[in-house]
Amino acid sequence: MPPRAAFPRAAAAAVGDARLRANLRHATHTIRAKRAAAVAELPDWELLRAAGAAIKDRTLRHLDHYLPRLEEAVTAAGGRVHWAADAAEANRIVVDLVRATGETEVVKVKSMATQEIGLNAALAREGITAYETDLAELIVQLGDDLPSHILVPAIHRNRGEIRDIFARRMGDWGRPAPEGLGDTPAELAEAARLHLREKFLTAKVGVSGANFMVAETGTMVVVESEGNGRMCLTLPETLISVVGVEKVVPTWRDLEVFLQLLPRSSTAERMNPYTSTWTGTTDGDGPHVFHLVLLDNGRTDALADTVGRQALRCIRCSACLNVCPVYERAGGHAYGSAYPGPIGAILTPQLRGTGTPLDASLPYASSLCGACYEVCPVAIDIPEVLVHLRERVVQGGQVTLRGTRTVIKPARGHAAERAALRAAAWAFDHPGVLRAGQRLAARTLRLHPRRLPGPGRAWSDSRALPEVPAESFRDWWLRTRGERDSHEQP
Amino acid sequence: MRVALFVTCVNDTLYPRTGRAVVTLLERLGVEVDFPAAQSCCGQPQYNTGYRHQAEPLVRRYAAAFRGYDYVVTPSGSCAAMVRDNYPRIGARAAAEGRGRELTEAAESAVPKTYELTEFLVDVLRVTDVGAYFPHTVTYHPTCHGLRLLGLRDRPRRLLAAVRGLKLVELPGAEECCGFGGTFAVKNAAVSAAMGADKARHIAATGAETVCTVDNSCRLHIGGTLARRGSPVRPVHLAEILASTEGDIW
Repeated sequence: MPPRAAFPRAAAAAVGDARLRANLRHATHTIRAKRAAAVAELPDWELLRAAGAAIKDRTLRHLDHYLPRLEEAVTAAGGRVHWAADAAEANRIVVDLVRATGETEVVKVKSMATQEIGLNAALAREGITAYETDLAELIVQLGDDLPSHILVPAIHRNRGEIRDIFARRMGDWGRPAPEGLGDTPAELAEAARLHLREKFLTAKVGVSGANFMVAETGTMVVVESEGNGRMCLTLPETLISVVGVEKVVPTWRDLEVFLQLLPRSSTAERMNPYTSTWTGTTDGDGPHVFHLVLLDNGRTDALADTVGRQALRCIRCSACLNVCPVYERAGGHAYGSAYPGPIGAILTPQLRGTGTPLDASLPYASSLCGACYEVCPVAIDIPEVLVHLRERVVQGGQVTLRGTRTVIKPARGHAAERAALRAAAWAFDHPGVLRAGQRLAARTLRLHPRRLPGPGRAWSDSRALPEVPAESFRDWWLRTRGERDSHEQP
Repeated sequence: MRVALFVTCVNDTLYPRTGRAVVTLLERLGVEVDFPAAQSCCGQPQYNTGYRHQAEPLVRRYAAAFRGYDYVVTPSGSCAAMVRDNYPRIGARAAAEGRGRELTEAAESAVPKTYELTEFLVDVLRVTDVGAYFPHTVTYHPTCHGLRLLGLRDRPRRLLAAVRGLKLVELPGAEECCGFGGTFAVKNAAVSAAMGADKARHIAATGAETVCTVDNSCRLHIGGTLARRGSPVRPVHLAEILASTEGDIW
């Protein structure tokens, strides 16, 4: 990952990119309206949502029970389980597994976990090429770009841009784009289909994530729209699935709830076109070898935080991105993580810590409007966690890092703000002082600048300041009805 | 019925007219209003920026200032939401940090009697026609905390619909945040300004002369954006419309 600017700077650059803003606005508003309609069809949506949250919470509290059960079931079904504490360990496990097959190419199912750990780059360093087969991931890969959305990684690109990327780069990765490629969805999809088919039919190793893992049977579940995932899951000889530990659900019965919540929230479909489930290995059908890499990478640390842990309920539907006014304008790259948008703003600082300027700025990448919480299918109170993480950034305090309780210091660069808010709190707790300040402001009205200096400049550049009235409400009350209630405390 | 006005620090300092409008309105409806001078800020700027401990004295102050009242009425959706949503959290966290139950009790005493103005009118006084007259075209921006944290739903619109002379026009993208967000407006100024610009564009598209909110902090942002763009649209707090009668000139 390249070094990244803190969110406000990266977002300011995105705001100035008219094409990016138009692409994002169009895409998020379209899916937003569709999702609302799909959700409105279900009379019991709020109950489903509560059930989803409850199942996830309970499972997370008992991961120490369900993960060993999952391992037993996967092993009994002929698979092998590997435990990865962090990204480096997970990448090393996958590299070794691929190497053991003697192959130098793998086909990939779209997976947030492998984006999170930077698996493609780790494989490339060892001479192994990973081919993304999801249409949007393919666009991102061919464009030497980074994903900018959880569900639609190339949401920041429009059709014209995609056509240009296909025409220019497909040949470098395999079958070139057809001559005279147009920019209709059908033409673009056909070009991708022809390009990818060669990969599906020749690849001996597939790499995937999973949306869910069922502990009772050791079953992996992938929910997708294009069918490329099913090709990767069934055609190769070896299948390696990298999955976050929080993706486990106890039983198939629990799965039923999430298979209703996920498609409606993500693609606004009643049911997604392809739901693939696989359990270990079976003679004569599908991969001969199955490996499951269970990824921690900060998840159990997040679990130790009683407020922040609700982020681990996330089923990666991306409804919060599509409804977020900040994401819509800042774009996904400003978040500097595989997880952009509101969920990224609470997940990333928990998985990576708040040690870098970027990660410390993410909890502030929100106006706390609450639209994300409203649409979340597992009722993650994102604003609550944002404020909780802001407290961690400015005050430091106890956190769990790599399984150990430790005390972190406040992030740097908040001294002036802390002093200002402390002073404000003190003045507010002494109404006499507050009144004196109000009167001073009213008396010095002529001296007030129309543009503010320092941090306030950002405000007055685009917004006029209100005029301070000649008399505060407090003074008006005292002047007109002071006799009724004037017991002012010092 | 003992009713206290929680005017809020923003209204006290920058929009005293809104506070005066609430007093006028409630008195016209037969309610006796008190203004306990010991009140101050709800602590939202501190809490939402991450300074929870700095918000604690303000929770105590709020509870003490309004002790003994049946109802606390405030013309601010976000300050009402701060009290109702976050005071219990602040109290619970203090208790979890082993600092006794005093703050928890202060927080809990404040929650059930705190009402945003439109809730008080519609739910407690059970009125929607408050006898107001406002002969202008108005569009309504439902502020985020009123909309999502308090769940005000159609209460403000019902009150507006009963105002004589008022023509209510729908705001496109009404439920999208205006971009204020407290310190967000300064910390992420570019995104905040872009959100404000879109809100201003939507407001202009309605052709309304007036944009109405139930939160003057959003009004501060929307009004500042409209003014900087040279828009003639006037931002007004709902209370000022509801307090207005035939004799008032706007």
